[in-house]
Amino acid sequence: MTAAVAKSTAHSIVEASPRARAVAGSLVILYAVITILPLLWIVATAFKSQSDAIAYPPKVLFEPTLEGYVNLFTVRTRQTPDFIAKLPPPETWYDKLVRQRDMVIAGPSKVVPRFVNSLIIGFGSTFLAVFLGTLAAYAFSRFRIPLADDLLFFILSTRMMPPVAVAIPIYLMYRQLNLTDTRLGMILLYTAVNVSLAVWLLKGFIDEIPREYEEAALVDGYTRLQALRKVVLPQAVTGIAATAIFCLIFSWNEYAFAVLLTSGEAQTMPPFIPFIIGEGGQDWPAVAAATTLFVVPIVLFTVLLRKHLLRGITFGAVRK
Amino acid sequence: MAQIRVENLRKSFDQFTAVQGSNFTIDDGTFFAMLGPSGCGKTTTLRMIAGLELPTEGRILLDSEDVTFRRAAARDIAFVFQLFALYPHMNVADNIGFPLKCQGMGRRQVRERVQETARLLRIEHLLSSKTSKLSGGDRQRVALGRAMVRRPKAFLMDEPLGALDAEFRHLMCGELRDLHDRIGATTVYVTHDQLEAMSMADQIAVMNKGCVEQIGSPQEIYDRPASMFVADFIGSPPMNFLRFESGLRSGDRAVAFHSVSVEVPQICEDRASALLALGIRPEHIRFADAAPVRGEVFGAEYLGTTQIVTVDTAHGRVAARLPSSASVRIGEMVGLEFHSERLALFDVGSGLAIRTANEGSAGHG
Repeated sequence: MTAAVAKSTAHSIVEASPRARAVAGSLVILYAVITILPLLWIVATAFKSQSDAIAYPPKVLFEPTLEGYVNLFTVRTRQTPDFIAKLPPPETWYDKLVRQRDMVIAGPSKVVPRFVNSLIIGFGSTFLAVFLGTLAAYAFSRFRIPLADDLLFFILSTRMMPPVAVAIPIYLMYRQLNLTDTRLGMILLYTAVNVSLAVWLLKGFIDEIPREYEEAALVDGYTRLQALRKVVLPQAVTGIAATAIFCLIFSWNEYAFAVLLTSGEAQTMPPFIPFIIGEGGQDWPAVAAATTLFVVPIVLFTVLLRKHLLRGITFGAVRK
Repeated sequence: MAQIRVENLRKSFDQFTAVQGSNFTIDDGTFFAMLGPSGCGKTTTLRMIAGLELPTEGRILLDSEDVTFRRAAARDIAFVFQLFALYPHMNVADNIGFPLKCQGMGRRQVRERVQETARLLRIEHLLSSKTSKLSGGDRQRVALGRAMVRRPKAFLMDEPLGALDAEFRHLMCGELRDLHDRIGATTVYVTHDQLEAMSMADQIAVMNKGCVEQIGSPQEIYDRPASMFVADFIGSPPMNFLRFESGLRSGDRAVAFHSVSVEVPQICEDRASALLALGIRPEHIRFADAAPVRGEVFGAEYLGTTQIVTVDTAHGRVAARLPSSASVRIGEMVGLEFHSERLALFDVGSGLAIRTANEGSAGHG
């Protein structure tokens, strides 16, 4: 019996042949390289000097420096060597680094408040969109709502054109309401865009949860809201995580509205990063440093929720 | 424990009427089965009694207290779902204790009651297991435990054995009935399986298209079906119907069946000539060469102790249940003799049974 199996040349239906596995493996590696390479390049550029960053042919090996990060976090002014010589000795390593280039630090740059804006607006709108989306999706999934299909289509239709198409009306509306350049305004805007996605995604997930669970809870003494909180939500957690990631990615990366509607107070990272100007043009190492820091939260968030995301996007694909 | 009364209960969803004007009373401690094909409104009725669905019209009384529009949680009834609906994020003990926790009972008391319930169901050894690891039968027991633990006024069960395999279902039938007797609870049990209903229930309500067609003991329903639907739905194979046209006179003991006189139980009503049906259970047919109703044997199904023989007569196909020792040849011409006291008569137009002495004895039977 075992000998027969060993000799058999038939394909196994569950195990891939070595060749198929090699092809699949190299495809995955190729894809990983293609997607990770730009990211690595950005991370590396952040540690290059101004001249190394724009060198041609591009430099793969270089002497790392923290100049990019220092430039990102500070505002500097050029001074004469005489003036610098007269100053008391530098107090910190970054003071020293700046003075080597005949400059002194005039103060902190705006990157920290911009980053905080991004965090507040990104996570705030994600939370709101998922919160509202969950309630709406639950209602659509469980109750007999008049014109439910039309309402759902209407909600989806807000996604049928690029949001920027309505940029000008929104700009005028926001100006009237004094919402331009406010965090609240940006949170509301991103929530409005994301909530349709959230309703549709979450409706699918909640539809998959048998309603018997909450009916059992209702009979056993819970109110509708308690049943939702303690019985439905724990089971919808994968769907909520997946939805939250999609929403966060959108509001975190959003550029067009951020450029149009924010300039000072509420400016987020995307419109801030491209305008990091050094002496004589774009300060590429500082831009790369900002981009690196900008990517970190979303990577962390995705890695943290990875388990849910994996189950989340395949959830409901197979009827159990 | 409680008496459940349903008065003129009606439920419509948009254009569709799921339940129309149901009236019945379930006495304290009765095992009441609602039986019918899918879509007949039995589950909707049950859900209205539970409070998971609000009726369009009518009243529901629990111990003569009107609970029609009361929240499910405030009715003090327990519901067992077909798919058990055990909470997947809790273990067995938490599942059983959940209703008590909802009521805000102390932790120690909950543990005691859970233990006690588990002992009754013989699932003490499973208390700390995850529900996903349980077999179908054990899940069913846990679901029952969750229903029992609160000692509710009534148990409502929606096809609780539907998800189990056939062999196990039979075992659980016995267990359920045994449990019912021990706690003396009023139980309303919805099923489409006549065997479950027949073997467990004290009273059966047969439903069809949102209407209750007949309520009675399993025996009454089998022996004296109130309509052709009930006669056809109950029994396997179902009752045979032979159609004929005739008028009826009260007091007659025979009907004119296509120029043959067939003896029936004494007729209790007068009827003008109309299309009628003679209802014969398969086990009430015998082969007799001299019998005037004749037909050709079409096929035989061997079932061990009995066999089902189908015979093509001039007025329709008939299934007869014969001892398996009887030798039958396909294509053979046979005479059919009916057990005259057990025949039923139906008005084909309305589908309702015609009153006969057979039915008259129902009150005493």
